[in-house]
Amino acid sequence: MDYLLLQMLNGVQLGLLMFLLAAGLTLTFGIMDLVNLAHGSLYMMGAYIAWTTIGWTDSFVLGALLALPVIFLLGLVVEAVVARRLYVRNHLDQVLATFGLILFFNELVRVIWGPAGKSIAVPTFLNHTVEILPGVPYPAYRFAIIVVGAVVAVLLAWLVARTRIGMLIRAGASNRRMIGALGVNIELLFSLVFGLGAVFAGLAGLMAAPITSVKIGMGDDILILAFVIIVIGGIGSIKGAFIAAMVVGQIDIVGRAFLPDLLKTFLSASAASSAAPAISQVLVYIVMAGVLVWRPTGLFGQRQ
Amino acid sequence: MKSKLFGTATIAALATIAAGSLPAVAQSPIKIGFVSTFSGPQAAIGEDMRRSVELAKEHLGGKMGGRPFEIVYEDDQFKPDVGKQKSEKLVQQDKVNFIAGYIWSNVLLASLKPVTDEGDTILISANAGPSQIAGELCNKNFFSTSWVNDQTPMAMGEYLQSKGVKSLYLMAGNYAAGKDMLAGVKRTFKGQIVGEDLTKWPDQLDFSAELAKIRAAKPDGIFIFYPGAHGVQFLTQYAQAGLKGQIPLYQVFSIDAITLPLQKDLALGTLGAQEWVNDLPNDANKKYVADFKKKHGVYPSYYGAQSYDAIMLIASAAEALKGDVSDKSKVRAEMKKANFKSVRGDFKYNTNQFPIQNFYIQEAVKDPEGMMTVKTIATAMKDAKDPFYEKCSMK
Repeated sequence: MDYLLLQMLNGVQLGLLMFLLAAGLTLTFGIMDLVNLAHGSLYMMGAYIAWTTIGWTDSFVLGALLALPVIFLLGLVVEAVVARRLYVRNHLDQVLATFGLILFFNELVRVIWGPAGKSIAVPTFLNHTVEILPGVPYPAYRFAIIVVGAVVAVLLAWLVARTRIGMLIRAGASNRRMIGALGVNIELLFSLVFGLGAVFAGLAGLMAAPITSVKIGMGDDILILAFVIIVIGGIGSIKGAFIAAMVVGQIDIVGRAFLPDLLKTFLSASAASSAAPAISQVLVYIVMAGVLVWRPTGLFGQRQ
Repeated sequence: MKSKLFGTATIAALATIAAGSLPAVAQSPIKIGFVSTFSGPQAAIGEDMRRSVELAKEHLGGKMGGRPFEIVYEDDQFKPDVGKQKSEKLVQQDKVNFIAGYIWSNVLLASLKPVTDEGDTILISANAGPSQIAGELCNKNFFSTSWVNDQTPMAMGEYLQSKGVKSLYLMAGNYAAGKDMLAGVKRTFKGQIVGEDLTKWPDQLDFSAELAKIRAAKPDGIFIFYPGAHGVQFLTQYAQAGLKGQIPLYQVFSIDAITLPLQKDLALGTLGAQEWVNDLPNDANKKYVADFKKKHGVYPSYYGAQSYDAIMLIASAAEALKGDVSDKSKVRAEMKKANFKSVRGDFKYNTNQFPIQNFYIQEAVKDPEGMMTVKTIATAMKDAKDPFYEKCSMK
């Protein structure tokens, strides 16, 4: 029972991290109709910029707080220089251009920070384990990720559901052309959404950094999962992205934690241990395919 | 399109003529292709190898058997298909005399045949040692200056067995080398294996689920194989999960000169196995390590040491043949003697052209200047032969 709880918490933590990344992606895709492959680069830049600012301030929290506005600015620059030109182009052009951005950012990081990768230490006040239940220890830092992720999710829900900007975002996601016709300053809205997406991606990157380490291309692996999440959740839907991220987080953990033992009940031990990672790798995609058959626009996608 | 085809054909024809006329030029350089990972998260390993190759070149004065030599570096991007492509390019386009390098078993397996068979070029693996190549895939054009994957974990397993460790939980990346490593430790460790995880390679970086399983399984020790960047991540998460100090960690290829600057104190005291350690007391090694440290301010790793040896092995053959490396069978015969001062100490080649060598147990420590490094604490295996050589058709 303790073990199950521990694994579920791992799933929640992974899901929240994925949600931060997917939130920006689903907004840019849903509102600007932009397929942004370089979203993972913003995740990476978040981690690298935080590595620098944490070095300056000697404090994880201060460094992180300092890094976020920098990433917001970086998002605005990327939007103004590259992304803005792509809104009117087709998806293939967007894929090509944003793939170019990935290469650009990877090289940029190599030039500035070198090829070797960096590590960000877990802040000392979180470098211990907390007992979530008596006798069930859990890393405090991962627990902090869950807390921060949940707070951000609530803030985002409030922003989208209760504010004027949120209203425009929702309107933009369901009918882009119409809100332009109503005299809304689309350019400003787009910049803002892109910058916001960059901040979330950067936040996810810098929070993941102490667990996984900061390296070139760190965002590329995780981006594919983020795309799966927004497809399952329905493009443009924050709520969908949240639920899908939670589901994907749990699937990933189930696949890694329980599948090998399950397979061992009817396969030989060695066959089970090599088949399990392969199966858990495709599990997420099977779920995605299933959801798409059932609801072609995703769980909360706008029907068009 | 037509004119482009014509152009390509002309260039190809010219290249053939040029290549054909090469042996006539006595002082033309010996060409060595070097395939490693120079971009992406594992680029630090490739850089360590490149530095060691350049140091070998410097120590040789830029010449082998009186002939100058040049190195053509190619980046496999950590991908088997790219590695194969780059190897083919080196053989067919650059017409290299030798190819060396290869960190990853899956990259080497993809590149082996195009180089050794179709290209009839001698390949020296400076790291990867998939078990297949030691056995049924063994090849007259293949030499190793490293080991067979299974051997290093076998050394670790034997040591743990002798220390009375009762149970182990095994973890490795799910690819050719990862499977060999776990098979290796199971050959010599006779205690209980309470759990075993092969994780998605190379994209799984979060080990929380596996660490929770380990906590529940309560083994006497954890054995891991996570080279390069993955080793850094595993160690960090192992400490964060509060397992450090509770369940000891034993590793192969996961704590070394590349990863230690990132792992820092988390690695202190962790034991591992290796065929080369920077403090081995032979003269070749002292010179290599001291000059490397002077130049780069860091310790070299076994990746670098094996690359250094690969160049020295080629040089020994070129030296014996006075620079004429055109006759492959003579070159192979000379290389088989391993007649050079290896930084691991002298070794002999087995019939499958893998070294017969010692394996040591090493501990992660701080040197007097406070820099993280590893030091030898025991010899786990002496003159060890790999378990596959009898399956090799070469005698």
